[in-house]
Amino acid sequence: MIKAILIFNNHGKPRLSKFYEHYTEDTEQQIIRETFHLVSKRDDNVCNFLEGGMLIGGSDNKLIYRHYATLYFVFCVDSSESELGILDLIQVFVETLDKCFENVCELDLIFHMDKVHNILSEMVMGGMVLETNMNEIITQVDAQNKMEKSEAGIAGAPARAVSAVKNMNLPEIPRNINIGDISIKVPNLPSFK
Amino acid sequence: MSFLDAGIEFAFSFDQLYDRLQSMPAPIRLRELIRTIRTARTQAEEREMIQKECAAIRSSFREEDHTYRCRNVAKLLYMHMLGYPAHFGQLECLKLIASQKFTDKRIGYLGAMLLLDERQDVHLLMTNCIKNDLNHSTQYVQGLALCTLGCMGSAEMCRDLAGEVEKLLKTSNSYLRKKAALCAVHVIRKVPELMEMFLPATKNLLSEKNHGVLHTSVVLLTEMCERSPDMLAHFRKNEKLVPQLVRILKNLIMSGYSPEHDVSGISDPFLQVRILRLLRILGRNDDDSSEAMNDILAQVATNTETSKNVGNAILYETVLTIMDIKSESGLRVLAINILGRFLLNNDKNIRYVALTSLLKTVQTDHNAVQRHRSTIVDCLKDLDVSIKRRAMELSFALVNGNNIRGMMKELLHFLDSCDPEFKADCASGIFLAAEKYAPSKRWHIDTIMRVLTTAGSYVRDDCVPNLIQLITNSVEIHSYTVQRLYKALLDDISQQPLVQVSSWCIGEYGDLLVSGQCEEEEPIQVTEDEVLDVLEGLLASNLSSPVTRGYALTAVMKLSTRFSSVNRIKKVVSVYGSSIDVELQQRAVEYNALFKKYDHMRSALLERMPIMEKTATNGPTEMVQTNGEAEPSGLESKHPPSITQPASQANDLLDLLGGNDVAPVIQTTPAAKPASAGGELLDLLGDLSLSGDPAPQVPVSQPSFLLDGVSSQPLFNDVAAGIPPMTAYNKNGLKIEFTFERSNTNPNIAIITIHASNHTETEMTNFVFQAAVPKTFQLQLLSPSSNVIPALNQGAVTQVIKILNPQKHQLRMRIKLTYTHKGSPLQDLAEVNSFPPQSWQ
Repeated sequence: MIKAILIFNNHGKPRLSKFYEHYTEDTEQQIIRETFHLVSKRDDNVCNFLEGGMLIGGSDNKLIYRHYATLYFVFCVDSSESELGILDLIQVFVETLDKCFENVCELDLIFHMDKVHNILSEMVMGGMVLETNMNEIITQVDAQNKMEKSEAGIAGAPARAVSAVKNMNLPEIPRNINIGDISIKVPNLPSFK
Repeated sequence: MSFLDAGIEFAFSFDQLYDRLQSMPAPIRLRELIRTIRTARTQAEEREMIQKECAAIRSSFREEDHTYRCRNVAKLLYMHMLGYPAHFGQLECLKLIASQKFTDKRIGYLGAMLLLDERQDVHLLMTNCIKNDLNHSTQYVQGLALCTLGCMGSAEMCRDLAGEVEKLLKTSNSYLRKKAALCAVHVIRKVPELMEMFLPATKNLLSEKNHGVLHTSVVLLTEMCERSPDMLAHFRKNEKLVPQLVRILKNLIMSGYSPEHDVSGISDPFLQVRILRLLRILGRNDDDSSEAMNDILAQVATNTETSKNVGNAILYETVLTIMDIKSESGLRVLAINILGRFLLNNDKNIRYVALTSLLKTVQTDHNAVQRHRSTIVDCLKDLDVSIKRRAMELSFALVNGNNIRGMMKELLHFLDSCDPEFKADCASGIFLAAEKYAPSKRWHIDTIMRVLTTAGSYVRDDCVPNLIQLITNSVEIHSYTVQRLYKALLDDISQQPLVQVSSWCIGEYGDLLVSGQCEEEEPIQVTEDEVLDVLEGLLASNLSSPVTRGYALTAVMKLSTRFSSVNRIKKVVSVYGSSIDVELQQRAVEYNALFKKYDHMRSALLERMPIMEKTATNGPTEMVQTNGEAEPSGLESKHPPSITQPASQANDLLDLLGGNDVAPVIQTTPAAKPASAGGELLDLLGDLSLSGDPAPQVPVSQPSFLLDGVSSQPLFNDVAAGIPPMTAYNKNGLKIEFTFERSNTNPNIAIITIHASNHTETEMTNFVFQAAVPKTFQLQLLSPSSNVIPALNQGAVTQVIKILNPQKHQLRMRIKLTYTHKGSPLQDLAEVNSFPPQSWQ
C-alpha cells in the first residue's frame, strides 16, 4: 500500500502532500520535513530507494523517489508494493502532469494544487493504484474539468457578476491611453445621399 | 396586505445583502493568495499573511457565505499543505459536498480527504452525503464519492455503505467498477467480516477487458486471499483463479504492441506485476497451483525485455514469485541467476532490489546465493548507503564456518571505513558471527579486539562482560591477550569498552604481563611501575567514563596481590577515598579498609577469577553465586555486625539496591531462565559488577546496616534439630512448605528447603520462586530442582534458601511466585512471618 505521496522542491517547500493514513497535522509536517531531510542529502547517482523514516511506519516502509529538476516526487510505500513498479508509476504520474499542464513546471503545481490532486485521485485511490493508462486518466480529468467549466458558465454567472462589481478597482483601468502618433482617420464613409 | 408584507421583506433582505457587500469585500482569489504568500520574504511574514487570511476566511464561514465557500476551502487546502492549521474548515467541506454543484462537490470531497480526522460526528454527517452521491446520476459524482470513501471511510461508514459499493462493483461502467473494486478493498481492510459480501461480485471481474478494472480486481482478489485462508482455498479450487490469471498474463506478453497500454515497449507492466504478486500468494505452499504456473513464469522470465526499468520490474517480481512458490528446481536456478545478473547491472536500483531479494532467499537457497558472494561483498564498497546496508545484511547472512576468516576480513575492513550509522549494526553482526563460527579462541579474541579498537564507542554495553568471559575461559592465551590489550591501551585510551576490558585483564593477569612470557609474539617488557602508570593515567584521564574509572581502580587494587609495589597502590587507593564520584569513592574506601583492617584476607579476596560457565546472557548471575559461595566466611567477617554505625553510611548501597522500599529480591532459576529476569538482576548489581568484578563488594551479598525496627531477643537457646516445618503459602492449588535446618558450622545460617507442590489437575510451568528478607539478613537462593510442578501432587519442586542471620532477628520473608497455569501466567506475592522461633533464635 502507498502510505503517502509527497512532492516538495529542492528547498523542502511542500508542493503536494497526500496521506493515505491518518496523521495529525503536526505529524504530517514532521514527516514531510524528515523525508526531505533524508532524500535531499542523497546524490543523484545513487539508487532511488531509501529505508523509511521513523515517523512513517519504520522499517517495513520504504521511500521511493525521483528527482526532476526542482522537484522531488516521493512515494512512501510498504512491502506490498513493488519497488521498481513504483518507480514506473512516478514516471507515469509526471508524464501525465506534463501532458495536462503542457511542459509542467513547479509553478504549475503551486498554482494548481487542486488540479494535481484531481489527477492523482484518478491514478491512486486509497493508497492503491487505480489506473496507469495515461490517456484514460487525462480523458477523465478533462471531462470533469469541462463539467466544472459549464457550471461556472451557468450557475457561476451571478457570482462572477457580483465579484466583478466588487472588484472594480478603478486604478487598474489604464488612465493614460497612449495612442502615440496613431491618428485615427475616419474612414471615408459613403456619403448619404 | 400580504403584498405589502412581501414588499417590505424584499426590501429588508436587499438591505442586508447591501450591508454585507459594504462590510465585507469579496475574498481574494486562491491565485492571488498564492501570489501574495510567495512575496513573503521571511517565515514570520508568511505566517502573518496567512493568519490574516485565515481570519477573513473564518468570518466568511461564520456569515454562511455560499458564494465563496468553495474558494475559501480551496485556499484553506493550500495553507494546509504549507503546514498551517486548517481543521476549522472541516464542516465547510461537508457543506460543499452537500451542494448540488459539481465544482463544490469536487473541492468538498478533496477537502474531506485532506482535512477530516477521525472525528465521529463529522463522519456521521458524511455518510448520508456519500450515500446519496453513490446513487447519483453522474458517474463523476459517484466516482468522487467512491474515491473519498475508499480513502478515509471509517469502519462505521464502511458498514453502512458496503451495499452501495457492492452494487457499483457489478455495474458495466468500467470507470465506476474499478473505483468500486478499490473501495471494496478499503471496506475489507476496515471491516474484514464484510468480505463475504463481495464474493459473488468477484465472479466476473477477471473476464473484463478494461485494464483498469482488471488491475483493481487483481488488487481486490489479492486482499481477499491474503486476509482469509478460506477465501484463498476457494479461489484456488472453486474459481480456478490460477488458469485465469495465467491466461491474462499470457495475453499480455503475447499480444504485441498495443498503444493504449504500452509503457516503454512492454504491455501494461503494472498489471503484469500485480498478477505475478497474486500468483505468488496462490502458489505458496500449494503444489497444484505452483505446477499450473511454472510454464508461464519460465516464459516471462525468458521473454521479458530488460533494457528498461519496466522490464526489470517484471523480471524482479517473477523472480520473487518463483522463489516463493513450490517451483521446479530448474526455475529456481534461473531465478537466482537473474538476480546474479541484476547484481552486475549498472542501474543502482536494480542492484538494490537484487540484494533485497537475495536476502529474502538466502534462507531457502543458501548455496545458490553463496555463489554470488564476491559480488555481494563488492557492493559493500558502493557509495550508496541503501545498497551498502543491504549488502552488509546479506554478507552477514552468508557467513558460515568455511568462509568466516575471509568474510570477517572484508567486514572488519568495512567497519573501519563505513559511516557511523552502520557501525553499531556492523559491530554486533560481527560479534554474533564470530561467536557462532569462530575457528579458534585466539581468532575470536583478536576479532573482538579489532572491533573494539575500530568502533569501540558504537558497540553495545554487553560486549564488555562477554569479551571478559571469553578471555577468562581461554586460559592458554591469557598472557597473549593481556599483552595485546596492554599494547592497545598504550595506543588509544578513548575507546571506553576496550579500556574497560583492558583494565580488567591487566588487573587479573598483571603478573603475566610483567613476567613477559608470551610464546607467540615477541613479548613486550614492562615494569610494574609502567603498568601502574597506565592505570593511574586512566583514573585521571578526562576521556575515562566513571565506569571505566571503576574498572581501573579495581584493577589497581587487584595488582596489590600480584605486584610488589603495594605501597604505591595503597597511596592511589587512598587518594580516591575522597573522590567526588560516589561510586569510585566507595570502592576506594572499601579497598582502603581491606588494606587496613582485613589485610590478612586480602590475597584470598583478590584471587584470580575462576573460569566462568558459558551462559550467554547470565554471566553476572553466575558470578554472584560463585563469589558468595567461595567466600562466605570472608564476607561475614569483612563487615562485622556494625549495628552501631549510622544508617546513613549505607545509603549508597541502598541506592544500588533500589531504595528503601524495595527489598532485594534475589533469585536463582534453572539455566533456561527468561532473559528479563537476568535484566532485573543486572539492575540490582549496577553497572560495575557487570564485568564479573571479583572485588569484594558484591552488592548482593552485602550486609546492610539498616535495622528493621524489630529488636533482637538475645536468647541463647541451643540450636536444636527437629524444627517443625511450616506452610508458607497455600493458594490456587499451589502449596509451599518450608523445612528448616541449622548449619552445623555456623549457627547464624538457617537453611530452608522449600517444597512446592501442586494439587490441581494441570501442571504449573515456568515456576519461579523469589524471596526477599529485611536488610538485616542475607539471603541466598540456590537453583530449584525444576521449574515445572507436576499436577495432582505427583512430585514437588524443591529449592534451598540459605539465610545468614547474624543478629538473630525474628525471621520475616516476602515471597514472590510466578508461574504459568492452564496457559495463563500468574503472579502472587505473600508475606511469611510465622517462622518457628527455633529457625532464627
